[in-house]
Amino acid sequence: MRSSFAREEMQALINDVLQVYPEKARADRAKHVKPNDPTGGCKECAVKSNVKSRPGVMTVRGCAYAGSKGVVWGPVKDMVHVSHGPVGCGQYSWASRRNYALGTLGVDKFMEMQFTSDFQERDIVFGGDKKLGKLCDEVRELFPLAHGISIQSECPIGLIGDDIEAVAKKKAAELGVTVVPVRCEGFRGVSQSLGHHIANDAIRDWVLGKGEPATEPGPYDVAIIGDYNIGGDAWASRKIFEDMGLSVVAQWSGDGTLAELATTHRAKLNLIHCYRSMNYICRSMEEQYGTPWVEYNFFGPTKIVESMRKIAGFFDDVVKARAEAAIARYDAVFRAVNDKYRPRLEGKTFMLLVGGLRPRHTVGAYEDLGMEVIGTGYEFGHNDDYQRTYPELSEAILVYDDPTEYELEEFARRLRPDLMGAGIKEKYVYHKLGLPFRQMHSWDYSGPYHGVEGFAVFARDMDMAVNAPVWNLFQAPWKVEPGEKLAAAAKG
Amino acid sequence: MRQIAFYGKGGIGKSTTSQNTIAALAEMGKRIMIVGCDPKADSTRLILHAKAQTSVMQLAGQRGSVEDLELEEVLVTGWRGIKCVESGGPEPGVGCAGRGVITAINFLEESGAYEDVDFVSYDVLGDVVCGGFAMPIREGKAQEIYIVTSGEMMAMYAANNIARGILKYAHSGGVRLGGLICNSRNVDREAKLIEALAARLGTQMIHFVPRDNQVQRAELRRLTVLEYSPDHPQAAEYRTLARKIAENRNFAIPTPLTMDELEELLLEYGILEGEDETIVGVTEAEEQAKVAAAV
Repeated sequence: MRSSFAREEMQALINDVLQVYPEKARADRAKHVKPNDPTGGCKECAVKSNVKSRPGVMTVRGCAYAGSKGVVWGPVKDMVHVSHGPVGCGQYSWASRRNYALGTLGVDKFMEMQFTSDFQERDIVFGGDKKLGKLCDEVRELFPLAHGISIQSECPIGLIGDDIEAVAKKKAAELGVTVVPVRCEGFRGVSQSLGHHIANDAIRDWVLGKGEPATEPGPYDVAIIGDYNIGGDAWASRKIFEDMGLSVVAQWSGDGTLAELATTHRAKLNLIHCYRSMNYICRSMEEQYGTPWVEYNFFGPTKIVESMRKIAGFFDDVVKARAEAAIARYDAVFRAVNDKYRPRLEGKTFMLLVGGLRPRHTVGAYEDLGMEVIGTGYEFGHNDDYQRTYPELSEAILVYDDPTEYELEEFARRLRPDLMGAGIKEKYVYHKLGLPFRQMHSWDYSGPYHGVEGFAVFARDMDMAVNAPVWNLFQAPWKVEPGEKLAAAAKG
Repeated sequence: MRQIAFYGKGGIGKSTTSQNTIAALAEMGKRIMIVGCDPKADSTRLILHAKAQTSVMQLAGQRGSVEDLELEEVLVTGWRGIKCVESGGPEPGVGCAGRGVITAINFLEESGAYEDVDFVSYDVLGDVVCGGFAMPIREGKAQEIYIVTSGEMMAMYAANNIARGILKYAHSGGVRLGGLICNSRNVDREAKLIEALAARLGTQMIHFVPRDNQVQRAELRRLTVLEYSPDHPQAAEYRTLARKIAENRNFAIPTPLTMDELEELLLEYGILEGEDETIVGVTEAEEQAKVAAAV
């Protein structure tokens, strides 16, 4: 399919797709969908972002609770995360993210379990603080080895004004474990993004700097920030850092522990992958402890090598030399992957709709395989994400923010990419449109996609989707010649 | 069945006025249920001669939920067969009292408390601070509101605010303002003032209840005046009010005043003094300095 466009042409397509909306909605949505300007300099080409979704358009965004409990806190494995409020929020988000963690369930890992205070009418009317205190006691009794409890507020907590901070302080003192109140009520903010921020702040205020490392801090101590270990991503990334001679002292928060969060202020450098969800804590540590931070991208050879050199630049020649040696070793792996998959994927086009990082970060990996992006956008990105995105994309390709269900489908229908990458809510719709699809939140039960080994998995999965023989087993209506239709009808 | 509600500023005498009036309605042979909608649960004490009856939410809190309750456990019959229920709610500063009112009223409806009564009377917390306390005036609940007020400025502010709340629900649910009850505080020209306010609100002053210590004497004994001293003139006042309510046909969609209009009215009756713009924001020290300079 086509992969290069003129800006006027793409703008005309956007106008045409948005034409169906009432005037007000059209004017509003037009600000969120633009042809790309790689220079980022054109003001009217900038996409509007991080504002309230229009009602009725079927946004795929989540809420602040999802951002805190589901993304930031949930992967911290040696704590019990309590969904505080009525049962639904916890129950229906239970085990819905594929953050892997090592450990023994119920001993030093509690992620597979769902804890909720299961609010009833009387807890609303009389307040839920007593129940929360009792719940903390029960958690301690049932799981004496859990290192802490996080209280993830659901909407009613903020509405009735429960004093969960007071309960947290009291119970932390009584039980001798960390108890963290998180004010991530779902009605706050416009998407899950505010939940990330609130969760970062809760770690800063209740955890960070409260512990000291068991061993003397070393000069090569780094922390992985914003890697949730989806399908083992953080493990694959960690190997690269270790190959460079760096010592990973904390993982935020995939396969991470409370102690790691508490002692990260002793790290020499914070390495941030998901900028959107954890830039806040990097900035906090920079301010409070003077820790520098650097963004990196471990999707695909080009970005991996670029990132390794960038990170090595923060350290001495030993690290630089080890990084170069590692890059040389990886080359054979990258070459093998390319030799196998590039011929099968070369020139194929793709569109993405992911959360706050991958719409730009995965583009390089696709390009390493010869694929070309023709549309991308974020569910909940902010302006700084888009500023980082424009230069990564070619001229005039489609950029959309918080696209509606209709828009994304319509763009896909018209542009006919060879591959769609989004989430479970989209997947089957695009299959029905006859489009190969990969889930780019969960890696479709696969992964890792980060790092050296991740690239091999990524390439295999994309090939598997794009070149699956199934797409040849049915006749797409737009490919049927009028004559064939008649013949088919005559046959009965 | 007619559903009425008493609203008014906190401390204005809503519960006292409503219980005395209801006692008088009961004397007329009306079958009545009182639904107290205040976490303090003190809307039925004069009828039951009790400090505070067991409330719906109190018992639901102990049992787990309202589904675990039977109506008989929270519906107590008092003087002259008046049925009494209190919604109840949390201690000050915790939880959601408004939700308590909603839950309690839903429970009463579902358990058939509204059968076989001529009047249901809701006695609601002073300010309609949230949706929960507006529950009694939503669709299918109280259709007539009586605002208890006095000639004091804050009571009249509150009355006007309540009228705004009624106006909001008048279009969605059909609630109407039945009138203002002036519970006198012996303010000058009080009856005239409340009549004027009523006229501006598009309603009537349905009755002027004079101030009489007999009310307090009865209350000390947890009795209504009608029970304590049925022949006292104050009892006759409540009987008159009860009769007027029973015969009331004046149900208005209120026309609330703006702040400026209300202040004008208060100025007119000398409740509020004219505002002197020159003193706004001037501290005592600055005033003294000015006086010193003038000398």
